[in-house]
Amino acid sequence: MIPIPEVNLGGILPALVLCLAGLVVMMLGLFIRRGAVATAAVVSIAGVLIAAAANTPLRMMDKQAFAGLINLDAYTWFFNLLILISAGLTVLTSVRYLTDDGLDMYEYFVLLLFASAGMMFMVSANHLLIVFVGLETLSIAIYVLVGILPSSKKSKEAALKYLLLGAFSSAVFLYGAALLYGSAGSLGFPELAKYFKAGQISRMAYVGMGMVLVGFAFKVAAVPFHMWTPDVYEGAPAPLTGFMSVGVKAAAFAAFVRVFFQSMLPAQMNWIEIIWLLAALTMVLGNLAAIVQDNIKRMLAYSSIAHAGYLLIGMVAGKEAGPAGMLYYLLAYTFTNLGAFGVVALVGRKGEANVMIDDYRGLAKTNPFLALAMSIFLFSLAGIPPTAGFVGKFTIFSAAINAGYIWLVVIGVLTSAASVFYYFRVVMKMYMEVPETQPAELQFSPAMLLALGIALVGVLYIGVFPTNYLNLAALSVKPLF
Amino acid sequence: MESLIFYLLSAVTLISAVFVVFLRRPMHNVLSMIVVMIGLAGLFILLNAEFIGMVQLVVYAGAVMVLFLFVIMLLNLDQIRLPIDPREGRTWIGVGTALALLLVLFPILRAVIPSGTSAPETGQTMSNTQIIARELFTTYLLPFEIASVLLLAAIVGTVILAKKRS
Amino acid sequence: MVTLQHYLFLSAILFVLGAVGVMFRRNLIVILMSLELMLNAVNLTFIAFSRYLGSIEGQIFVLFVMVVAAAEVAVGLAVAVAVFRQKGTVDVNEINLMKW
Repeated sequence: MIPIPEVNLGGILPALVLCLAGLVVMMLGLFIRRGAVATAAVVSIAGVLIAAAANTPLRMMDKQAFAGLINLDAYTWFFNLLILISAGLTVLTSVRYLTDDGLDMYEYFVLLLFASAGMMFMVSANHLLIVFVGLETLSIAIYVLVGILPSSKKSKEAALKYLLLGAFSSAVFLYGAALLYGSAGSLGFPELAKYFKAGQISRMAYVGMGMVLVGFAFKVAAVPFHMWTPDVYEGAPAPLTGFMSVGVKAAAFAAFVRVFFQSMLPAQMNWIEIIWLLAALTMVLGNLAAIVQDNIKRMLAYSSIAHAGYLLIGMVAGKEAGPAGMLYYLLAYTFTNLGAFGVVALVGRKGEANVMIDDYRGLAKTNPFLALAMSIFLFSLAGIPPTAGFVGKFTIFSAAINAGYIWLVVIGVLTSAASVFYYFRVVMKMYMEVPETQPAELQFSPAMLLALGIALVGVLYIGVFPTNYLNLAALSVKPLF
Repeated sequence: MESLIFYLLSAVTLISAVFVVFLRRPMHNVLSMIVVMIGLAGLFILLNAEFIGMVQLVVYAGAVMVLFLFVIMLLNLDQIRLPIDPREGRTWIGVGTALALLLVLFPILRAVIPSGTSAPETGQTMSNTQIIARELFTTYLLPFEIASVLLLAAIVGTVILAKKRS
Repeated sequence: MVTLQHYLFLSAILFVLGAVGVMFRRNLIVILMSLELMLNAVNLTFIAFSRYLGSIEGQIFVLFVMVVAAAEVAVGLAVAVAVFRQKGTVDVNEINLMKW
């Protein structure tokens, strides 16, 4: 007798649609000789939109599927949406990049879609096995995407470094998972939660928990597990760097929060101190290192490390307000950083020849719109009202104050004040200085303009009218508790 | 008898693992790695996981290590002797951390009391392979399907990376 | 008498040996092999727990670790070949256009 497996395709429809779109792109690429990239981009965008439509029913659900391996709830809904937004914007900002030198790299979109599908499984996980498989699907696709530029030596080097450190962190994560399995007898979140609630937590379980935490800290680039970030962000194609800094980070944070809040909440006292320390180190080191950078991609890489620190404050704050603040922050950060990296890709021009901060001199004269957009994105990163970045920081900081973590907030506020310095340096270069040589004309593509427009509207809209989105974030973390 | 086999297999595995890490010709590293794989496959079978043991032999010792050999031949690394010298100061920090981890792990692992049925499931009607097959295609159907996406991404990626573009 | 502890000790030693290899060696191929060693140590831990807990979940997990390890090796070796074509070396110390 063969038992019938439990299948609920409706619940994983968004991810299925993305996989299907990836397969369609792959097939089309074989038959289309010229303009494969444009076709692939259209199909990818269509896939993202259909997936977003298929995602809507999840908002009202609160159940498990596939023998309790995945959660279908508002939390999954929120992060699926976030992943789709970042995938869609990344597709738009990448198009011109892939047609340079007549490359026609349509495979880029295939991997981007598969990576997004992997992320969706990861954020919905109710079992450490799903976290692991989703994480690896996403990681393997991203390793390749980082090294996809055939002529760039930096790109291959970045892929190599990311792969080695990523695989190493996966091994640490897995060993931790093995030790947890030995303690709890199963790696499903309900079983883990039961084990941690029962109170008799073995020392082996603590070590396992610590190693799982280190694995996640690698993925979200928290200090001292951040060493790969600047090199990988510098070497990867700029639009993809944007995707890594928001999409991958959001998915990793989603799983991080899900694992620790849904299954290890009773042991909170033990992990919260570690995360406190990680948050403080990450904010201080990320912001200080960003100040001395001359390359804008490296600067934004350290800035993204610093933002991981602010997000970790949300985890420390706990309750429902902390994670809710993180969700809003991630939404704001998605629009902001993808916009900023879109500008970096645009100003970088062919082969990313202009990625130094000095290359931004006088941008306001030649391209006032672009300079204004970049300034708004940088303001949002620095957390200046009325942008979304300000509301995000404010929410997380107030959640932490309410939970009694005053010192952490003090560090957060001081380091954000320091961060204003390096963000403003770019703004000053754009508005106050003149370039030494006349740079080549920028090539705007319609897709890039659309992406920058969406990002700009997003940053300002959810910054000026944050109430709805804050409520949405609060609603989405409910299933965790 | 079980003890004898265990000590034999673990001695072989450990010595070859040391060879993998410290030998200086890539070809020797790969050959030692194959011995490690075979030793581990033996240990898996000793632990009543026959199916995993066989997969270990076929997939790891067979396919994966042949891939390593293939790349070594492709890159002409078979004749070189690699220098053994520590990289930098922080390498030693890393190595120190790893050894410290081992020191921390030992007493903790010593204290582990296996819960559940300490003996392997006796009197079961199904073989190990049957149980794995049933679980894999029912309870763990979803990860099984995600793995197919993962493998497809790896195939596409490998082709892109290794392809020569003119 | 072989107990669970024997297997756990063995796998802990293998794991740390692999980690030392990753940090100590400079040749990309050997580093990838050391990573494999770490993953195999994890597999041994899972299988040992699986037997002594009397649960099959650990063995299922190991199957997926194997899938992922194989995929990672394939991609890793492809990157190695690509880097070798550009630089003529697979020594990670000489692959340093950017500071680590």
